[in-house]
Amino acid sequence: MNPFTYSRATAVADAVRDKASHPDSEYLGGGTNLIDLMKENVARPTHLVGLNKLPLADIETLPDGGLRLGALATNADTAWHDEVKSRYPLLNQAILAGASPQLRNAATNGGNLMQRTRCYYFYDLATPCNKREPGSGCSAIGGYNRVCGILGTSESCIATHPSDMCVALAALAPTVRVSGPNGDRTIAFDDFHRLPGNQPEKDNTLEPGELITGLDLPAKGFEKNFSYLKLRDRSSYAFALVSVAAGLELEGNTITDARLALGGVAHKPWRDQEAENMLKGQPATEDTFRRVAAKVVADAKGHGSNDFKIELAKRAIVRALKQAAEGNQHAADVFLNSNP
Amino acid sequence: MSTTNYIGKPTSRVDGPAKVTGTATYAAEYQVANMAYGYVVSSPIAKGKITKIHADEVLALPGVVQVFSHENVPSLAWFDRSYKDLVAPGGSPFRALHDAEIKFSQQPVALIVAENFELARYAASVLRIEYQQEDHETSLETQRAKGYEPGAGKTGFQPPPAPRGNPDKAWEEAPHRMEAEYVHGAQHHNPMELFTTTVEWRGEGKITAYDKTQGVYNVQQYLTKIFGLKKDDCRVVNEYMGGGFGAGLRPQYSAFLAVLAALELKRSVRLTLTREQMFSFGHRPHTLQYLKLAANADGTLAALQHHALHETSQFEDYTENVVNWSGMLYQCENVKLGYQIAKLDMYTPLDMRAPGAASGSIGLEIAMDEMAYAAGLDPLEFRLRNYAERDQNVDKPFSSKKLRDCYHQGAAKFGWDKRTQAPGSMRNGDGKLMGWGVGGGVWDATQQKAAAKASITADGKLTVSTATGENGTGTYTIMSQIAAETLGLPIEAVTFKLGDTDLPESPLQGGSWTAASVGSAVQSTCAALGEKIFKLAQKMDDSPLRDAKFEDVEFASGQLRLRADHSQAVVLRDVLQASGEAKLEADSSVMPNMVKQNGYSLHSHNVVFVEVTVDEDLGTVHVTRVLNAVAAGRILNLKTARSQVLGSVVWGIGMALMEETVMDHKFGRYMNHNFAEYHVPVNADIHDIDVLFVEEEDDIVNPLGVKGIGEVGMLGVAAAVANAVFHATGKRVRDLPVMIDKLL
Repeated sequence: MNPFTYSRATAVADAVRDKASHPDSEYLGGGTNLIDLMKENVARPTHLVGLNKLPLADIETLPDGGLRLGALATNADTAWHDEVKSRYPLLNQAILAGASPQLRNAATNGGNLMQRTRCYYFYDLATPCNKREPGSGCSAIGGYNRVCGILGTSESCIATHPSDMCVALAALAPTVRVSGPNGDRTIAFDDFHRLPGNQPEKDNTLEPGELITGLDLPAKGFEKNFSYLKLRDRSSYAFALVSVAAGLELEGNTITDARLALGGVAHKPWRDQEAENMLKGQPATEDTFRRVAAKVVADAKGHGSNDFKIELAKRAIVRALKQAAEGNQHAADVFLNSNP
Repeated sequence: MSTTNYIGKPTSRVDGPAKVTGTATYAAEYQVANMAYGYVVSSPIAKGKITKIHADEVLALPGVVQVFSHENVPSLAWFDRSYKDLVAPGGSPFRALHDAEIKFSQQPVALIVAENFELARYAASVLRIEYQQEDHETSLETQRAKGYEPGAGKTGFQPPPAPRGNPDKAWEEAPHRMEAEYVHGAQHHNPMELFTTTVEWRGEGKITAYDKTQGVYNVQQYLTKIFGLKKDDCRVVNEYMGGGFGAGLRPQYSAFLAVLAALELKRSVRLTLTREQMFSFGHRPHTLQYLKLAANADGTLAALQHHALHETSQFEDYTENVVNWSGMLYQCENVKLGYQIAKLDMYTPLDMRAPGAASGSIGLEIAMDEMAYAAGLDPLEFRLRNYAERDQNVDKPFSSKKLRDCYHQGAAKFGWDKRTQAPGSMRNGDGKLMGWGVGGGVWDATQQKAAAKASITADGKLTVSTATGENGTGTYTIMSQIAAETLGLPIEAVTFKLGDTDLPESPLQGGSWTAASVGSAVQSTCAALGEKIFKLAQKMDDSPLRDAKFEDVEFASGQLRLRADHSQAVVLRDVLQASGEAKLEADSSVMPNMVKQNGYSLHSHNVVFVEVTVDEDLGTVHVTRVLNAVAAGRILNLKTARSQVLGSVVWGIGMALMEETVMDHKFGRYMNHNFAEYHVPVNADIHDIDVLFVEEEDDIVNPLGVKGIGEVGMLGVAAAVANAVFHATGKRVRDLPVMIDKLL
């Protein structure tokens, strides 16, 4: 691990100022990803700005009926929060589908958005990777790419965003609150993460030095008809091969509003608003879901070892929408995905 | 005093409290003064040469003590034989930092030694090394034509027996036939504990190496030969191990490098490998198997052919017994077995839990399932119709074999009679597709030479010791049970010591032979000590045993008494105190009784019944129920034995559904070299596992009648899972692991 200095901020403005005054610095929240990356020499910051004393750990109801998730609230505290469980059970399920209890106890909401890809090549300094070392080439293209993306990839990168929580967030469409050297602003969640294009080293649209302070969830939580379906190589503690977050509003059997986002398939949590529009006004039938699923993967492209994800994504979408329409999903209590 | 009969009882681990309270000391936990820390730099390329090492740049960092590489290693042993450990395959063992040549990706190319671990790690990350890369070949698929039959270089390797009958003709003429190729990828042992060596510098060229190993004597022999040390000057210790599974059978380069640094620097050194480096020194080889079976109209096997090809390194001929089992598990008159290996630019594979048999049982047991279906027979019934009463490979009877009882009792307990034959014909209560599969295997019941010593003090405390290993299997416990029962002492009065070259020599802990080998030595040694106690007892005033012979007495419940009349007894502690001796000692060494064993085939057997549910749309598989019925002689401890088999089943499930180390051939490098991407089963993957022991009485295998259970339990598990998946879905997956994409 590179030598680095560390300071602990107690106010957001101080944190932003401290970071701006140190080149090659990083914010440190729960550290569940950044510390790993530093140990692997993928990240080599020379200064860390410790965030955990900032007053950003609250979860509070907003005047418009929404819910504000503090950037430093842990994933566990967020998942188990009464308002999240009752009003945003999709978020509860997605968070609990990820990582392990120990990691969720340490990981923060802001940090969850900042997770970096799990592409094998990104982590292995012996291999070229455009995301780690711009211009060095993409080893995953033509290599072992089981975990890589099928949608929105580019010639320079086919990495995926690894988060589960962010897939549910993409469906719930909060705004991301940030503070930076040029003041505060909000970013629509769908605009927060980006596609790789020819700059795969950039995971998101944050400006240099900007800090996530929170997420504002809109009032609508799809708490009656939702599903988070995660498919992976083992039943727990594995990143998604494909995951689907679905939320529906129904009048009778007619879909009046819909949200659909996928994980494990793209450089960002993949929300498909055209697919959502296709669902609206349609009967909640398998036929509808199949047509929508086909549309979502219409432009998907496999890269060899991940070709199966196209078919898997299609089937997962159909299953998730069916589960959402059936409306018998609940916020998880203790165990998740362990029931065969 | 309550009963001192421990053998066979489900005794809790005697080392359990030490482990759960953190007082059990592992190799990385020994604290010694003035320690320096090593960190290995690994090659990013698979083949080529090191052209320059910029060691000066990191030596300039304050606190970096030394950078070892091929440029500055001292002159060491010259000949290959000095580098051959007890289980080295044929060929030329790898020597770390020997020369500029790169033979495999992740090859250790330099060792940084610094005042602390963090600095050593940092220095390793900035050390610039220049390479001249050469073309490598790491794909077994492309080297199929270059397979060759290896010589008998490695201990325990047996080339396949000569063909019998006329398998080609029998296959052509039989009414039911199958042929298929089966594949499984490379797997790494991945014990939780990282390989570590803490070398204590004791001055004047003397060292103690606390090393993670399954054989302290093997490491000692290796180190003394390479570094020219006297045995007395090179003590090797390993009291606890966080899992081995075969990874610790051979001395690893970490031990070599740590000792090299300690001797050169004349100070204590600790070296711990990283998780990524745990993928750099041996694995269960990627194996291709071709099976060709035929059955007669009555469901008996007409012909059986099993050919296997797996990878090895360029420098050693790694071998394991993959196909031989197929000649002895089922009765068949027309058999041909073939075995080849092919050289690749990778490190030599390494024995991994049930080496050879775990792989071979995938091919054989899926093929048997396919054959059963082709012949229209229930797969268990098919196995019963082909039950082998003799080992046809060597034409000898088995010393004992209760596999048929395993079949019947296992099937009854599992409810196999409710199985319907047609694929896709069974569903569980939730309407999910359900499949039931069966598989099994056969494994060697071996005994090796082992020695032990025992001493008892006047207060009745017994210490028994031998240099065997404890990699979590329960060795401390079963040896304490044997010692306590042999001398009629409470188990709490027994201290068992192991893992130290200052103790009597024991074999490597592997091959499922520890219980038989070391157990026999412990029993024999305690009996020898008992005879000394008996003689003292006879000298006591008014001894009730004065006229008895040793064969007439027994040790039980703290007493020495006449077998025929328990009232004629003396208290053991009284004997010791009356004798005036502060301590009594005995030692012995036990060899297998070859004369007795020679006429028999010595093997353990098992059968595994597996239930899976499959989501037919999404391709997800859950192993909901497993029953493993094992016939492995006498079971010394039902609790630790059951745990061994539970662990084996979990291994088998991993092998079936998720475990695979994937090589990117462009780089000749394993890419999923971490626990996030090399998947082993987690709790959520494991459901009901039931273990059933069908005990065998066998005084031929060894005096204790034990066969060992560390490996037999995982045979056929992966095949049974794959067979159950076929039964659930009708999809025959011949390329393990059965991951989602193979069922879409």
